[in-house]
Amino acid sequence: MTSMTGVPKQGFRLSQLIYDTRYRSLTIQVVVFMLFMLGAAWLVDNTIRNLQALGKDFNFGFLTYRSGYDIGQTLIPYTNDSSHARAALIGLLNTLLISSLGCIAATVIGVFVGVLRLSKNWLVARLMTVYVEVFRNVPVLLWILIILAIFTEVMPAPNAYRVTDQMLAEGVQPAATMVLFDTIAPTNRYTAIPSIGFSRSLGGFDTSFMPISFNFLAMVAALGLGIFFNRRVLATAKAVQEATGDRPVTWWKSILLLVGPLLAVMIALGFHLNLPALKGFNFAGGLNVTNAFVVLWLALSLYTGAFIAEIVRAGVLAISNGQTEAAFALGLRPGRTMNLVILPQALRVIIPPLISQFLNLTKNSSLAIAVGYMDLRGTLGGITLNQTGRELECILLMMLIYLAISLVISGVMNVYNNSVKLKER
Amino acid sequence: MKKSVFLGTLAAAGLTAGLAAASTLDDVKARGELNCGVNTGLVGFAAPDANGNWSGFDVAICKAVAAAVLGDASKVKYVPTSGQTRFTALASGEVDVLARNSTWTFSRDTDLKLDFVGVNYYDGQGFMVRKDLGVSSAKELEGATICIQTGTTTELNLADFFKSNNMNYQPIAIDSNAEGEQQYLAGACDAYTTDASGLAATRAAFADPENHIILPEIISKEPLGPAVRHGDNQWGDIVRWTLNALIAAEEYGVTSANLEELSKGTTNPEINRLLGTEGDLGAMTGLDKDWAKRAIAVSGNYGEIFAATIGESTPIGLARGLNGQWTQGGLLYSPPFR
Amino acid sequence: MSPTQSDSIAFVRSEMLPQKPAPVSEAGAIRWLRENLFSSPLNTLLTLIGAYVVYWLVTHSLPWLSHSVWTAGSVSECRQIITDTWGADATGACWAVIRERWSQFIFGFYPWQMVWRPVLAFVLLLVAIAPVLFSALPRKMLTFSLIYPLLAIWLLWGGSAWTELVVLAGFVLGWATYVALSKGSTLIAVIAAVLVPILWWKFAAAPTTEVLQNVISLSIPKVSSSDFGGFLLAVTLGVGGIVMSLPLGIVLALGRQSDMFLVKSLSVGFIEFIRGVPLITLLFVASLLLNYFLPPGTNFDIILRVMILVTLFAAAYIAEVIRGGLAALPRGQYEAADALGLDYWKAQRLIILPQALKISIPGIVSTFIGMFKDTTLVVFVGLFDPLKGVPDFVRADFNWKGIYWEPFIFTGAIFFIFNFSMSRYSMYLERKLQRDHH
Repeated sequence: MTSMTGVPKQGFRLSQLIYDTRYRSLTIQVVVFMLFMLGAAWLVDNTIRNLQALGKDFNFGFLTYRSGYDIGQTLIPYTNDSSHARAALIGLLNTLLISSLGCIAATVIGVFVGVLRLSKNWLVARLMTVYVEVFRNVPVLLWILIILAIFTEVMPAPNAYRVTDQMLAEGVQPAATMVLFDTIAPTNRYTAIPSIGFSRSLGGFDTSFMPISFNFLAMVAALGLGIFFNRRVLATAKAVQEATGDRPVTWWKSILLLVGPLLAVMIALGFHLNLPALKGFNFAGGLNVTNAFVVLWLALSLYTGAFIAEIVRAGVLAISNGQTEAAFALGLRPGRTMNLVILPQALRVIIPPLISQFLNLTKNSSLAIAVGYMDLRGTLGGITLNQTGRELECILLMMLIYLAISLVISGVMNVYNNSVKLKER
Repeated sequence: MKKSVFLGTLAAAGLTAGLAAASTLDDVKARGELNCGVNTGLVGFAAPDANGNWSGFDVAICKAVAAAVLGDASKVKYVPTSGQTRFTALASGEVDVLARNSTWTFSRDTDLKLDFVGVNYYDGQGFMVRKDLGVSSAKELEGATICIQTGTTTELNLADFFKSNNMNYQPIAIDSNAEGEQQYLAGACDAYTTDASGLAATRAAFADPENHIILPEIISKEPLGPAVRHGDNQWGDIVRWTLNALIAAEEYGVTSANLEELSKGTTNPEINRLLGTEGDLGAMTGLDKDWAKRAIAVSGNYGEIFAATIGESTPIGLARGLNGQWTQGGLLYSPPFR
Repeated sequence: MSPTQSDSIAFVRSEMLPQKPAPVSEAGAIRWLRENLFSSPLNTLLTLIGAYVVYWLVTHSLPWLSHSVWTAGSVSECRQIITDTWGADATGACWAVIRERWSQFIFGFYPWQMVWRPVLAFVLLLVAIAPVLFSALPRKMLTFSLIYPLLAIWLLWGGSAWTELVVLAGFVLGWATYVALSKGSTLIAVIAAVLVPILWWKFAAAPTTEVLQNVISLSIPKVSSSDFGGFLLAVTLGVGGIVMSLPLGIVLALGRQSDMFLVKSLSVGFIEFIRGVPLITLLFVASLLLNYFLPPGTNFDIILRVMILVTLFAAAYIAEVIRGGLAALPRGQYEAADALGLDYWKAQRLIILPQALKISIPGIVSTFIGMFKDTTLVVFVGLFDPLKGVPDFVRADFNWKGIYWEPFIFTGAIFFIFNFSMSRYSMYLERKLQRDHH
């Protein structure tokens, strides 16, 4: 045995920073960090010098100025006397509204179409394939424009609903009539639907965000109460089922508990529907859902739905045939096989790509400009930017908000994904 | 990190990056080409034909400036700009002149650091409605749905007009003129509002122009004019006086037909100074003697350009109105060439 | 056998009976209909609904399509022809606008006499991309694929070919430096291989080009970026974005897989930032903000600026695709590379990346389809995309005011043909890779 003392003891050498794997990663990271900081400093320095050259500054004070423009669809109170910040908030809420409703509709369409595409029905399966391929392979902007054109060309103008005295005398029917027991009037500007009204008001209070009425709070409370008791009933039923094997009939109790308190409160407050009626140029009395919203919603849902359909189909196909056969062997009908055996398993495959489709839909909602739907891009990144000339501030703020929305969506969906993920033991 | 390094190497590689020199005139001369910001497509004012040749009222200004500075009206690169990108394109040096029917306002002139060199079209915002609506005044539009092009001053004017008259309306924002027309024709809005010149142009192209009327109210002042970057006064002077030369030429009766003849010398010293046969006005702005002559030679004087692009003999059919010479009761008034 | 038995059987058939046709309900078209369309009440209902949808679509679009006008000078002329031929109430398609303006839908304002250049570039693109997409082709063709980007730039934008050749020389120089120095220290070789080309491009490239240009002129007329439009613009942005984003995407994907905290978090930060914001905001950065971020006075044209942002955008998505490819490789591949004693870069270059990239191709193709569709958004920064930009200025021509559906159908059909064939290819490849795998 040779002695180990022959190994020379050396101090730290500079070359170790590169050749010694203990230090190398540190060296690389330091170099990368320095390059990154240099790059960032370079960009910031350029920006400052450019701003100086243009005589501009970087401040968000303009957000408090009067906006001076009107917005077609506002979820919370807004006038042209409100500030630019409020206009941006209106846009943000519109973005959130279209994205959330779009995600829901796209998922429904996607699941429906994805399952139908696997149907044994030749015609339906072909039709669904055509739908998926046509929608997937053409830019979403085209669908938005086409659906907009269809809505403006095909739907009647509000004027077509008008019944004049002369027409009554001559017995002429108006060119268009309202649908669904005279409650809904689709037009080429908006769809007029009934709005909810109460003859008795409990009052309310005003927050700077939006006014909140106690009627609304009372209804929420009643609904919450119903849900709470319904859970209790279901839990009892489950306990009975586990003890005896028989599940007591609960559906009528559930309906009673969920609807009962809400209905009682609504009747007590004098609930009624305000029907839309043609007044002057437009329908009034009800709620006018703008076509910009409907068109964008339809286009985004149909477009994203086609992608989701493919994801659902792939998810269902990924479940091995043995699962279906086993379910059939247990005597489950095809519908229940799908609901109880296939879809729950397919869900694990489906969720991750579904998240990115939801993100895509949210990002695509920024195409609202093509139909004049005032989303975040239209207010903060559109009119406000244009009227104030603060492109740096507006665009950076807009990007940050979109980024935050995306991160929240993927965060929430990831939590959900983890909860349905196969727990490997 | 990647982004900055990427941009860094790009800038280092010097891809088409050139330092904007202090003088726009020198830049344009060195480049041999005038970069002119125009509309992405507005009938009568700026639109490319099937061969990609641009023409229109605003385009004529670009051509005149190119002829004055470079001696060749075809040495123009047209940079189509949208309502959102136009001022940035000018501020960043992407274009030398912005001839994109932009309204001259206080804040644009000061806060956005532009210099409007003059007015080539006095416009105002109006409303167009269907005749069978039975409306004869904009004051009767209470509760109406109004189509409006977003990203322009018209939005603010509209809000102000309805506010001051204590009326309500429902705005439908649209992205381009083409879409506005389609929505309006389909009845998706009761009224379409934009500059009166745009309304006239739009109406003229309808299959049934007689069924639409433009309401008498003009709710705003919209002086449209070419703009240049703030800070380069020499360049501003060149564009300003090229525009003035076109206007003055009409006033003095200089047309593309008699230009050659008049440039041999006339009894009117003002015309002589304008066309460079007397004195040397061109040298004062860094150009040669014949600059104005070349500018007028491209498509004639202001009146000829107007008549050829948007005038009453064209399908757009705009009357001169406010845009007549001051001698004819209009507002066009060129400062003297002296 | 007893005789009584044989007597009782009077006749034994010695040949088979001819087969009878199946019952009517179990054969031919009827069976097919029963099985595929009317197998259950629900299916019958679905079939009827589907049939009604088809009927509705056909009856609503067929009259319009059958009343097509191909030769006319304006919309009003079209309307006149339709009224004259098919009666006053007839509506019809006016394809005359496509006939007159099709070149602008395809090429934008690209000078007509030079249109052969983009066409040639497109054909060569197919040649260059073929060996990447079809592994049966000879590998030598990949050399052409590597040269192709510079060739395409020269063909599309024109100017002196020496510029591109000198740029190419820079790459060759870098490679030669690496080979010459890699006998010694790898690190020094890599640094030198990066530095030498940069120095070459920065200092030597411009004079060399000038000298060479003076000796032998290899020039074709220049075409300005602003003349690009229509599908030429869409394809240039889409292909350019994807090709330029590949190297960056690979680096980002490796960075995201890295053990080094800082490198990893920077990569993740970049990828998630880009993927978290809509493309349209990045396009606004290109058109409105990029000038703020670059040294004062820097100014280059909008298409290049858009291309830079599109590249960054694509890089984030490509990085995710390649990360998927890296993750799909069996662990054993990494371990085998380690066992062979390969260092990180050698392992990546020789073992990991070739395999990971190969299985990433379907994903890259899908990303390209998405990018290609998204290029239509450039209309919002004032460029002439084929979907909205070109039709909008065509409609600004007095003759074609009010034309609406025809351009949509035309561009929509082209987009569909492109994307559908690419997505079919990517599916074919996916299936093939799956088969190869097992």
